[in-house]
Amino acid sequence: MAQYAILIFDDPTAGDYTAGQLAESKQHAEDIVDSGAMVSAYALAAPETATSLRGDVVTDGPFVDTKEVVAGFCVIEAPDLDAALAVARDNPAVRWGRGGVEVRPVAGSIPPAR
Amino acid sequence: MTDAARAVADAHRREWALVLAATVRVARDLDLAEECVQEAYAAALTAWARDGTPANPAAWLTTTARRRAMDAMRREATFRSRLPLLVEPAETGYEPATDPPPEQTDAVPDERLRLVFTCCHPALAPEARLALTLRLVCGLPTADVARALLVSEQTMAARITRAKKKIATARIPYRVPRPAELPDRLPAVLGVVHLLYTAGHTAPSGPTLLRTDAADRALHLARTLRALMPDEPEVGGLLALLLATDARRATRTGPDGGLLRLEDQDRSRWDRAALAEAHELIVAGLRAGRPGRYTLQAAIAALYAEAPTYDETDWQQLVTLYDRLLAVWPSPVVALNRTVPVSMASGPAVALALVDELAADPRLARYPYLPAVRADLLRRLDRPAEAALAYRDALARTDNDAERGFLAARLAEVDIEP
Repeated sequence: MAQYAILIFDDPTAGDYTAGQLAESKQHAEDIVDSGAMVSAYALAAPETATSLRGDVVTDGPFVDTKEVVAGFCVIEAPDLDAALAVARDNPAVRWGRGGVEVRPVAGSIPPAR
Repeated sequence: MTDAARAVADAHRREWALVLAATVRVARDLDLAEECVQEAYAAALTAWARDGTPANPAAWLTTTARRRAMDAMRREATFRSRLPLLVEPAETGYEPATDPPPEQTDAVPDERLRLVFTCCHPALAPEARLALTLRLVCGLPTADVARALLVSEQTMAARITRAKKKIATARIPYRVPRPAELPDRLPAVLGVVHLLYTAGHTAPSGPTLLRTDAADRALHLARTLRALMPDEPEVGGLLALLLATDARRATRTGPDGGLLRLEDQDRSRWDRAALAEAHELIVAGLRAGRPGRYTLQAAIAALYAEAPTYDETDWQQLVTLYDRLLAVWPSPVVALNRTVPVSMASGPAVALALVDELAADPRLARYPYLPAVRADLLRRLDRPAEAALAYRDALARTDNDAERGFLAARLAEVDIEP
């Protein structure tokens, strides 16, 4: 088994998630847990609450100034990229038209993967 | 060339993909497998000269390459255990590779399909898919791949290395997709073969219009895919499209290398056997129902080719086929090509209005054939000054010398200025 990070990108100018969208996200995460593939998942607070550090400079806001920002991420276990992409494709954020997801292989972790 | 050298060259052209695919199964590392297959071909030169060409060259090469791969893996067991290995799901799970019975190698033809589907995985960039397919499936040296795709050897080497690294690190599986996944995965494979053919058919720049080696490779690949996936109608459609286009290869350029228009080509020199083969594939594809993009494109190419003379072409039927093609593949280029039979069936004025509508499409903003089509319509409408402008516009958009020569000649016909 390998681990993959699924980074969820979102356009915050599209407004808050609706209650329906939040419920869909939660259900999707629970489905991954039930399948046994979930390592961990995190939802992040709004990007305007972020603080970035580069050298001595402290700035308000996300590190990279882009339309879509990371809204959350999860790490899953999957035997190969096709399996990881299948999980990622089911993420509701892919369908909402205000962002999407990026799938990245995990190169290492602490504590180490099982 | 000696008999052995000829046999090795022949086996390289015909069996490379099979031997490599079978070796990858053991090595589970593309670089190691490639290295071992190259060594096996080199060993064949000496061995076959000494002992004669074996009855089954592919099996000989596979056995030799696999043995070398096993040796290398034993030698470097510790080192290689730290590298990510190719993922081979389902059948073998993750147990260590064992020495497989070599006599089985030529009985598993779909080994090559694994290789093709891995090289054309949608997680790889389109240009990387094409490069990997040429390198791994066709066995072309990196320098030749670079030349075929018009980039420097250094750029190509980096592109291939990066793609191989992604296959290993992201664990792109080495397998043929399940039937349910094929509709998602097959277009990428067919697209690579089609792109390869197009690269050979019309060189985007340089002195000649054709680079026949790339076209031949594409035809060979299409035939292989057809043999491996006989039940996929679009695979047959792609082969038919390449055959119907390639049947006219000899007449597309004149003796001076200049481009010849369809109406000026010598129809008696078209490859009738290729056209007949394409025809059968098209009929089967259309009969299977809901024909896809390639089957319809092939039907269009074949209909152009089947007319006894250019003027006897069934323009109305072509417009109908283009309409069906646009329905499954709404591309502005297809819409532009459709204006050619429209101009013959309904007159150049009707077609010109359609072309002018398409000119507003940003996707065609740099497309050289749009002003070329427009210029031809204006010429037929006896508006030489506007035609000359359009030919100049087309000339500014293409780097292919044969196409430039053709456009310059047309420009001279309509240009009234000194």
